[in-house]
Amino acid sequence: MNTENKNSVVKVIGASSLGTLIEWYDFYIFGSLATIIGSKLFPSDAGASALINTLAIFAAGFIVRPFGALVFGRLGDLIGRKYTFLLTLVLMGGSTFLIGLIPSYETIGYAAPILVLILRLVQGLALGGEYGGAATYVAEHAPKGRRGFFTSWIQTTATLGLFISLGVIVMTKNMLGNEAFADWGWRVPFLLSILLVVVSIYIRMKMHESPEFSRLKSEGKVSKNPLKESFSKKENFKMVLLALFGAAMGQGVIWYTGQFYAQSFIENTCMVDFNDSRYILLWAIAFGTPFFVVFGALSDRIGRKWIMLTGMLLGILFYRPIYQNFLDSTDYATFEKTELKSAGTPVVVSQLADNGKDSTITTTTLKTLNSGATYKEIKTQTIFADSSPAVEKVVLKEKTLDNGTFWKFVMMVFFQVLLVTMVYGPIAAFLVELFPTKIRYTSMSLPYHIGNGVFGGLVPFIATLIISYPGSTPLSGLWYPIGIAAICLVIGTIYLSNNTHKR
Amino acid sequence: MKALKRLLGIIWIVLAPTSLVFMIIQMVEKISLAGSGIERLNTSLQWGIILFIFIPVAIGLLIFGLYSLKGEYDDVDSFEDND
Repeated sequence: MNTENKNSVVKVIGASSLGTLIEWYDFYIFGSLATIIGSKLFPSDAGASALINTLAIFAAGFIVRPFGALVFGRLGDLIGRKYTFLLTLVLMGGSTFLIGLIPSYETIGYAAPILVLILRLVQGLALGGEYGGAATYVAEHAPKGRRGFFTSWIQTTATLGLFISLGVIVMTKNMLGNEAFADWGWRVPFLLSILLVVVSIYIRMKMHESPEFSRLKSEGKVSKNPLKESFSKKENFKMVLLALFGAAMGQGVIWYTGQFYAQSFIENTCMVDFNDSRYILLWAIAFGTPFFVVFGALSDRIGRKWIMLTGMLLGILFYRPIYQNFLDSTDYATFEKTELKSAGTPVVVSQLADNGKDSTITTTTLKTLNSGATYKEIKTQTIFADSSPAVEKVVLKEKTLDNGTFWKFVMMVFFQVLLVTMVYGPIAAFLVELFPTKIRYTSMSLPYHIGNGVFGGLVPFIATLIISYPGSTPLSGLWYPIGIAAICLVIGTIYLSNNTHKR
Repeated sequence: MKALKRLLGIIWIVLAPTSLVFMIIQMVEKISLAGSGIERLNTSLQWGIILFIFIPVAIGLLIFGLYSLKGEYDDVDSFEDND
């Protein structure tokens, strides 16, 4: 490749990745600030609020995202990649910016949550259309045999978008203080998005249409009905199904478990402190992100199939031991029997229960272990007015980790992110190579978004469902990602070819 | 390998309706366990959305099984870019 071509490809990767990064950033800040959005823009009635939240999370992730893949995929195969993923960027950036401008529920009443819901659905729609366009655009610019390396840069954006969204929120909060952030500062990450989007649109406007699509267009071979060709022609539809069940669904659960479930498990099941659980994820992502490119490049040499399937296999084998270790390492109730260093003065609060008859006494004690780890022991005693025996419940919360355990957790989450890079790094190139140019945008977008949005997005829901069964343990929820990854591993091993990278 | 691909097709054909029936049973059970009013409506809405998206996925798995059984995936290696 000569210098001019090299510069051109770097620009293509840069322009595509930046836009996709912004889209992920936009999508994540809503999730990260969901609690504060709920308190400011949703009614205080818990039931109504939960209903709107359900629509915002479930509908945007599960229905609108795959629908966006179809709508924009079709458009991308009809009018071209460049203008389609420009449109998705404008929709995503515009709706994110507007969320930051919505007046509070106190000011405009139910119009506030309805506007949030509409804009969130537009975000889901745009995300569904963006990824396929960016991956296709870069892949169609990549020289032969290097698609894995070039598209792997697009693959880093989902993780970096999460990293930057967490970073911007933490920085804004630290700069403004908790009070100002809760009052109006939470709008800053949303409003900031417009600057990033304007820069990205400017860069993307200067880019040319992909060479492969331009060639098709000049030869008059552009598909007239990409949806029909993708899903009603057997030779294409069977590849869509193979892409979904043999790669994308396993990739989706490994991706979601490593990047979201791990942090949620550490914070909500192990009861580790809010900041510690986020710092663990941030470090793990920082160490893991370069490996997207490593595995993307490696897939150009040895093929995509076995890298992705090895990532799934390692997840199947190691998830339970890793999560068991998370639990064992934060079992402070056992540790305090032999390693308690000090206990602070208990803070006692007595309250009348909601029924106006019973009462609760809550005793909170800050404790420190010899290792330096701290936690709050919260004892809640309920005393019943009808002289039934009192009930006592003890919960350990806000656990901070000692230095050694903190870094052990970082390494265990890093290992999971590494698996994410194995399954996710090569997948854009893999999907692009499964389909012919004229229906590529449509055909690759749908399995990708069903794999990630539906199979991946369902991890917390199904995990909670499994844990609700009698006899389950905190680790039982892992059977969902393990089971889906196992089915995908079997299908991928037996049905997938390892030769697509040679085309 | 071709025989194995075809044989496994039967498993995917069985797995698709089985998983769908399982999800429907779960939906009925969880909705009946939910409280009344808006809580029940919320649980119904969540399960409704999940089922709405899961039905086409299960049908997709069934078709995948049928294609496998018919030998459509016998020669995946021979797929060529047909622009």
